[in-house]
Amino acid sequence: MSTPTELSDSARRGSHAGQKPPARPRRMSGRVRRLSRRDKVVLGIMVGIPTLVQLAFVWIPTLLSVFLSFTRWNGLSLSDIRAAGVANYSYVFTDNPAFWPAVQHNILWLLFLAVIATPLGLLLAVLLDQQIRGSKIYQSIFFVPVMLSLALVGIIWQLFYQKDNGLLNFLLGTAGTPAAVDWFGNSSINIWAALVAATWRHAGYVMILYLAGLKGVDASLKEAASLDGANATQTFFRIVFPAMAPINIVIVVITIIESLRAFDVVWVINKGTNGLELISALVITYLIGEGQSIGIGSAFAVILLVISLVPITIYLSRTFRKEKF
Amino acid sequence: MSASTTTRPARPATGRTGRSRPHYGTHLFLTVMAVMWMVPLGWALFTALRPKADTDKYGYFSLGGAFNFDNFATAWTQGGFPRYFMNSLIITIPTIILVLLCSSMMAFAVSRVSWKFNVTLLIMFTAGNLLPPQVLATPLFEMFKLIQLPYWFSDSGSLLNTYLSVIIANTAFQIGFCTFVLSNYMKALSADLTEAALVDGAGIWRQYVSIIMPLCRPAIAALATLELIFIYNDYFWPLLFIQSGDRLPVTTAINNLQGTFLSNYNLLAAGATITVIPTLVVYLVLQRHFVAGLTLGSSKG
Repeated sequence: MSTPTELSDSARRGSHAGQKPPARPRRMSGRVRRLSRRDKVVLGIMVGIPTLVQLAFVWIPTLLSVFLSFTRWNGLSLSDIRAAGVANYSYVFTDNPAFWPAVQHNILWLLFLAVIATPLGLLLAVLLDQQIRGSKIYQSIFFVPVMLSLALVGIIWQLFYQKDNGLLNFLLGTAGTPAAVDWFGNSSINIWAALVAATWRHAGYVMILYLAGLKGVDASLKEAASLDGANATQTFFRIVFPAMAPINIVIVVITIIESLRAFDVVWVINKGTNGLELISALVITYLIGEGQSIGIGSAFAVILLVISLVPITIYLSRTFRKEKF
Repeated sequence: MSASTTTRPARPATGRTGRSRPHYGTHLFLTVMAVMWMVPLGWALFTALRPKADTDKYGYFSLGGAFNFDNFATAWTQGGFPRYFMNSLIITIPTIILVLLCSSMMAFAVSRVSWKFNVTLLIMFTAGNLLPPQVLATPLFEMFKLIQLPYWFSDSGSLLNTYLSVIIANTAFQIGFCTFVLSNYMKALSADLTEAALVDGAGIWRQYVSIIMPLCRPAIAALATLELIFIYNDYFWPLLFIQSGDRLPVTTAINNLQGTFLSNYNLLAAGATITVIPTLVVYLVLQRHFVAGLTLGSSKG
């Protein structure tokens, strides 16, 4: 094992001066030329295929969304595409009745996840990280919703929220009476009902990530803090939480992205209408719904893209800051 | 300094009492939360186990009447579950294989071979996975509609309404995440491993297949489990691309059950419970890998 390492070390320095006559001089003479022609072809294929897939089915469509947002098109024939300038955007911002409610709902979604669901997940993680009895059982229970699709979450909560036969109205004693609330149907409260359902899943996700993060915090830090007389709360907020900075960033990004991606739950409930408008749902409404308009749908998509580039950029710059090649 | 020395002997003792302290408040809170957490699924299961006739007679919020699995049997056949599960399988398995193949090759290239565009490519892949899928949905839909295919392959004459369209979209979307995770994993492997192989005359492909990939087995297992759940749970791409109901995977098809079963909530609940079962099986059997996969993605940030 040691001999090859020495050989390759000398090879890396590019010293083919001859103390150790290299067996394959062409490969030994430097980092780049170490690769044979065959290796380069193999590498080209290994990089090329995934990159092509990624470009063709993620990035080119994304750019096309930007392009289409400046056109008027019914989606039928390519020759029907007409330039529209910023007409789609001015329609979206000023005339579209669903846009501003959707923006409000997306912001509300983000705030709810950030203020309720994420801290709840953190709290559960902190409580379960202590060595309490049955910790694994609690973890399993909180984790089950994370395994379910958001579409299924919507259906399961629909059964819970129903007006006349749902459990919630029975528990409130309003089932079958005029006071019964149609939790997913009433446009002034259905967004809150959907957010509770989304929290059910998000909190468990955050819990699992933080449980991993808490295990990674050096125990001696906590001990040192408690020796210095810090109580549990102080230790957590001054020592443990800052020490989890990398995971905090991941959770912030996940929370923002999840609130922008929110789609499945509202689509299952009522296709993102009547109090449940979201930007993501509007994109799809204009693509496959009645009154199809590719241009307007794409304008929504671009707005969604611009907003999501903010957390993506923050995340990438933090993640790849230290990379060097 | 001296204070800490004097407390040192006492520390193990306090640690132990701290551990066995009953934590009544914590348990109370956790129990309440856990019960609340189980209520929605529990209610679905409870409803599913009761015959429609009994719930009509006694009400949904009651304990009267029989409890059996009849609704499951009825939902299974009337809802067309065998078909949907088969569709899920047809979409999920090839996607996982393609994702892991592509992302492991890409991760190998960007982490084990130094090259000018390594970081650029990795950023492109990671960013691609973070986009909301709706951002690229419209052009992808139109692209798939424009791709002409022979009718023996696709009855729509295009990529729309084929399993392949969902497989492609899912693969493209998931490669980024897996590449990111695997490249971090591969970077942590010692450089000597491949240097030694290089000197032995092993080409790039052999380094990838016989040295790096076997060492990545834990990460591959974790990602495979994670992707299994992700793709089984994917609702969006089939919703967009597949028009024929009989080609939908389970997750997208359950929404149609609301129409099929009309207001028979017992059958709907049974249908919902049936779709939970595969995830629960994966959860029980592969929980370790699933959690490992979730946390792998966030371990570096």
